Amino acid sequence: MNQHELNLQSSEPQKPLSMHPKKFAFWLFLVTVLMIFAALTSAYIVRRADGGWLEFQLPSIFWLNSVIIVISSVTMQLAYFAAKKDSLEKTKLYLLLTSVLGLAFLVGQFYAWGDLVEINVFFGGKGSNPSGSFLYVLTGMHGLHLISAVIFLWVVFAQSFKYKVHSKSMLVIECCTTYWHFLGGLWIYLFGFLLLNH
Amino acid sequence: MSVAESHLHDHHDDHEHDHHDLPWIKKYVFSEDHKVIAKQYLISGIIWAIIGGGLSLLFRLQLAYPDANFEWLKPILGGWIQNGKLDPEFYLALVTMHGTIMVFFVLTAGLSGTFSNFLIPLQIGARDMASGFLNMLSYWFFFVSGVIMLISLFIETGPAGGGWTVYPPLSALPQAISGSGLGMTLWLISMALFIVSTLLGGLNYITTVINLRTKGMSFLRMPLTIWAFFITAIIGLLSFPVLFSAALLLIFDRTFGTSFFLSDIYIAGQALSFEGGSPVLFQHLFWFLGHPEVYIVLLPALGITSEIVATNSRKPIFGYKAMIGSMLAIAFLSFIVWAHHMFISGMNPFLGSIFMFLTLIIAVPSAVKAFNYITTLWRGNIIFTPAMLFSIGLVSFFISGGLTGIVLGNSAADIQLHDTYFVVAHFHIVMGSASFFGMLAGVYHWFPKMFGRMMDDKLGYLHFWITFIGVYMVFFPMHYIGIAGFPRRYYSFTGFDFTQSFTDLSQIITIAAIVTFAAQFIFLFNFLFSIFKGRRATENPWRSNTLEWTTPVEPGHGNWPGAIPTVYRWAYDYSKPGAEDDFIPQNVPFSETKGSNFPHENEQMVAEAGITHGK
Repeated sequence: MNQHELNLQSSEPQKPLSMHPKKFAFWLFLVTVLMIFAALTSAYIVRRADGGWLEFQLPSIFWLNSVIIVISSVTMQLAYFAAKKDSLEKTKLYLLLTSVLGLAFLVGQFYAWGDLVEINVFFGGKGSNPSGSFLYVLTGMHGLHLISAVIFLWVVFAQSFKYKVHSKSMLVIECCTTYWHFLGGLWIYLFGFLLLNH
Repeated sequence: MSVAESHLHDHHDDHEHDHHDLPWIKKYVFSEDHKVIAKQYLISGIIWAIIGGGLSLLFRLQLAYPDANFEWLKPILGGWIQNGKLDPEFYLALVTMHGTIMVFFVLTAGLSGTFSNFLIPLQIGARDMASGFLNMLSYWFFFVSGVIMLISLFIETGPAGGGWTVYPPLSALPQAISGSGLGMTLWLISMALFIVSTLLGGLNYITTVINLRTKGMSFLRMPLTIWAFFITAIIGLLSFPVLFSAALLLIFDRTFGTSFFLSDIYIAGQALSFEGGSPVLFQHLFWFLGHPEVYIVLLPALGITSEIVATNSRKPIFGYKAMIGSMLAIAFLSFIVWAHHMFISGMNPFLGSIFMFLTLIIAVPSAVKAFNYITTLWRGNIIFTPAMLFSIGLVSFFISGGLTGIVLGNSAADIQLHDTYFVVAHFHIVMGSASFFGMLAGVYHWFPKMFGRMMDDKLGYLHFWITFIGVYMVFFPMHYIGIAGFPRRYYSFTGFDFTQSFTDLSQIITIAAIVTFAAQFIFLFNFLFSIFKGRRATENPWRSNTLEWTTPVEPGHGNWPGAIPTVYRWAYDYSKPGAEDDFIPQNVPFSETKGSNFPHENEQMVAEAGITHGK
């Protein structure tokens, strides 16, 4: 086949997007998660503009949690690189580390709720204000997604013991890494959003 | 091996698809084959349409004959008939359920679910959807969601009764109306599952269209049906999560005592503990889904119609790119017009004029579409199949219903007309009937490919004419009633003098509705009878161009027994001058049609040679 024919062939798109269909579908799933949070934060802004909004100090543990989740993103990426280089022991180690950090983040978020209760900011019932309720909903929804990501991480972890995660079989760990970074980024966005709109 | 992978190198594993040894339950119940899932959606949609339509007859009877004795309905409605009268709260529940069922279960799941599933792989040349498993999951989420909604019809406190838009505070407080108790809880659970189902389906449709097209099927060679399904799926993917958020906050308000949407409410002189919520916030969130939902319902019908009109006019679709452009424009605009549903909600009037302006812009792409349908029909060799009649019916509804949309889009006019029967007439014609006609057209047109047999034409004509005239008989008079000031969702109008003179008009509407509903059983009979006893179909009964007609009469698992056909041209080469036949299917290369090629197409023959050699 000569060069001329090659060019002509590429003008006829056979596989226009060189992305695995499952990976592509996974990205679309992330879009739906993003839309849920876009809706909630928009509702937050609209509701806040109406007034009657209880202002309170954000729990300072959020700072610590943010640092933890950023570090966990780093370890997740290291796990991905290790899998790509077929160093499977390192992959397992980093995956384990990431899931521990993820759990630490979740525990930290739970403590943040405790701090909120201590300053009388409640989710519902008498004396609750939408400003507090929104904070619980945002962190709670994010936490739920993070729990699903930790479970996903364990699935990848289990697969790595069956030699299913290596440089020629990267799809699952790639999706998991994307999800993890996405949720980390989402938290940083939410935290920044809360800091700005408070 | 997944379907996606096998698609990419299909030339050496064509025979792996012939697993006829699948157990019955995996073949017909938990099937992962897109054609079976499409049929499951279609049959569920038909059942829901009968239920949803039946409910509307009940409240039409109440509206036309408020003084009549309904004791004879007791065997069906039981305790909801007291002393021969329909329970007023149950009337509201009927309206709510009719709306929910028709919008979500019939025109979203029944329409998109059926035709996106059936046609996307067949028309783009794929063996199946990107993920058959997610596709199956999507149907069964829908099924469970439907079961829960069905159960809510039979509980003691009745199904949800706050309107299909479930505005709080009415929907949030069980004290407000009996339907806001358990019925509303079931509604929310059912809708949450429905959203999951729609999103799973949408993920699959988008991924399949982008990743699994056959060789040569560029975006600008895709049939308009695929464009419509593709855009619909994108709209759904962006808007349904927002409804999910709104439903979530509503669940918290109902169950955990938060005050997102509730504030300063007194019931029987007692203040409730809710403080600081905003009911308008719910309306914003709801209509951010609710308006795009209109196009989720309508666009697939428009896509189906484009295909059928071009095929049966034996002419290329007029303005193919303009059709795509206008669908994209409609999709984009659908996200920035939601507040035109809220002109009288107490929203800032300045915002109202912005939303009015954006709303009226939708008339432009809509007019482009209507114009293109008419110009495609213009001087065509029209073949009046039942599918074609229903498509033309859709165009008629799209125009007559769209015109009243322009009236309602003006905030000043809307203040008078809001929540009257004028609005009911408008959206039942442009969204309800038009989409329903698109769905029926699709069933008549693709029935041969679905079941390998033909539906009966004469019954189809009868069905069309009764339905078409019936729909106008039902909804046209509603415009007058609405302008006269009849509010919607009222149980009875007999309490007011000004409404007395319209009782006869209401009765005409009700009688027309009963006749139209009855005519649907002609279709049902035709449909069921033809599945088993219909005339055997040929591979391409309508002499159409798209790829699904290159499959065997009843395509098996994997759709094409051999290799997937390659696409060399767009889908609308009908009556091309110089061609042997009046249609040239998409898989015919230009080198085989030298007599009819345009100059630029002769140049493409060189490229074709490249494809063939490359393989």
